[in-house]
Amino acid sequence: MASVALSEAEKVYIVHGVQEDLRVDGRGCEDYRCVDVETDVVSNTSGSARVKLGHTDILVGVKAEMGTPKLEKPNEGYLEFFVDCSANATPEFEGRGGDDLGTEIANTLYRIFNNKSSVDLKSLCISPREHCWILYVDVLLLECGGNLFDAISIAVKAALFNTRIPRVRVLEDEEGSKDIELSDDPYDCIRLSVENVPCIVTLCKIGYRHVVDATLQEEACSLASLLVSVTSKGVVTCMRKVGKGSLDPESIFEMMETGKRMGKVLHTSLQNILHKEESLGPKRQKVGFLG
Amino acid sequence: MTPPQTHLIYVIRGSRARALPDRALVNCQYSSATFSTGERKRRPHGDRKSCEMGLQLRQTFEAAILTQLHPRSQIDIYVQVLQADGGTYAACVNAATLAVMDAGIPMRDFVCACSAGFVDGTALADLSHVEEAAGGPQLALALLPASGQIALLEMDARLHEDHLEQVLEAAARAARDVHTLLDRVVRQHVHEASILLGD
Repeated sequence: MASVALSEAEKVYIVHGVQEDLRVDGRGCEDYRCVDVETDVVSNTSGSARVKLGHTDILVGVKAEMGTPKLEKPNEGYLEFFVDCSANATPEFEGRGGDDLGTEIANTLYRIFNNKSSVDLKSLCISPREHCWILYVDVLLLECGGNLFDAISIAVKAALFNTRIPRVRVLEDEEGSKDIELSDDPYDCIRLSVENVPCIVTLCKIGYRHVVDATLQEEACSLASLLVSVTSKGVVTCMRKVGKGSLDPESIFEMMETGKRMGKVLHTSLQNILHKEESLGPKRQKVGFLG
Repeated sequence: MTPPQTHLIYVIRGSRARALPDRALVNCQYSSATFSTGERKRRPHGDRKSCEMGLQLRQTFEAAILTQLHPRSQIDIYVQVLQADGGTYAACVNAATLAVMDAGIPMRDFVCACSAGFVDGTALADLSHVEEAAGGPQLALALLPASGQIALLEMDARLHEDHLEQVLEAAARAARDVHTLLDRVVRQHVHEASILLGD
């Protein structure tokens, strides 16, 4: 992760502030920074989204490709995650430096999506055992400003919402050989339902309290964090403790309750924004990378 | 249909430990997102094409940056391609020129680049992805416009030497047009910045 040099005095300042529910930028312990979400920023993809959470900048592109289903799940398509940490975020990520962090984030994404209800994989099946849609979700980390997991999960959800998969038909002729026909209309596509796609809420333990949406400096003061992946209904799909320090069970329960609460709020706001953006239609002003 | 776009993000970092005693070391990394091209790319950087691009960018900028002014330093130029539709080398060079200027690193001149090709007896400047994929000869040119000196010249495929002059001229003309645009943008930016500083 990108490191930041903090003096002891600064750490003490942050820790004492958090005990009083006052963080360095004036937020409370349960306040998120301002989030900018924009979808459909990369035209070469089936769906894309860009999220800016403070100084953290994430770009996600989803590409839908046809392939063969996995042997143990012949009636379903699947998702493949890949995370690339760009050297633009910090020079430590040059060459293979960002691979470790990238693999860790990709594995977390696999785990949170590894359940029946997150994404309807059966809708990605074209013909059982032969053809299915594989969604390659590629995450690009452009800038590291703390709280990567939350921003990435928001971006993945927005990109999946924006994904348009072309409608195909399987035509079978007399000899039994199958042919796949793409619809003539380029706007005829299937959309994924993202109602049950979870978002990650990271809670960092600082002193005796925990904070949501930590900046790099706050992460440097925290010894342990809890990643909770929550759906819009408040169902927890995955939980993971990260960090060198230890947590006692009571704190874990408290943090989980906060995580569920914050997760529901996050989902409501995200759904509102995505629907509002979509209602503006194709004529909306795209900021893209000029803003 | 949206117009074809190649988007880049660049970062310059100066003055790091690993270095040469009499001049600055220029280090370039070219990385393109897996979703940037029509067909999904498996590796964003580290593959042969990216390494080669990195070396070409390094060669281009070593010719332009006044490295003697920063001995025992390293200048890192990281280019990230977000969306590619042909002419990536040229776009990288143009973007990196602006980035180096924004970082305040002294250069001999702007470096402006453009690609060119030759189809059916006509020289084409700034090829898109479709034109590049057609398989004709492609020329990449990086120019220092004030002196007219060439920082990098590369050509793929076969081209009769009689046509070379024409193609080179097309690329050079396009590069000079890019120079006019970059010059205007830089002057406007400096003008705005000086107003904000209250000069």
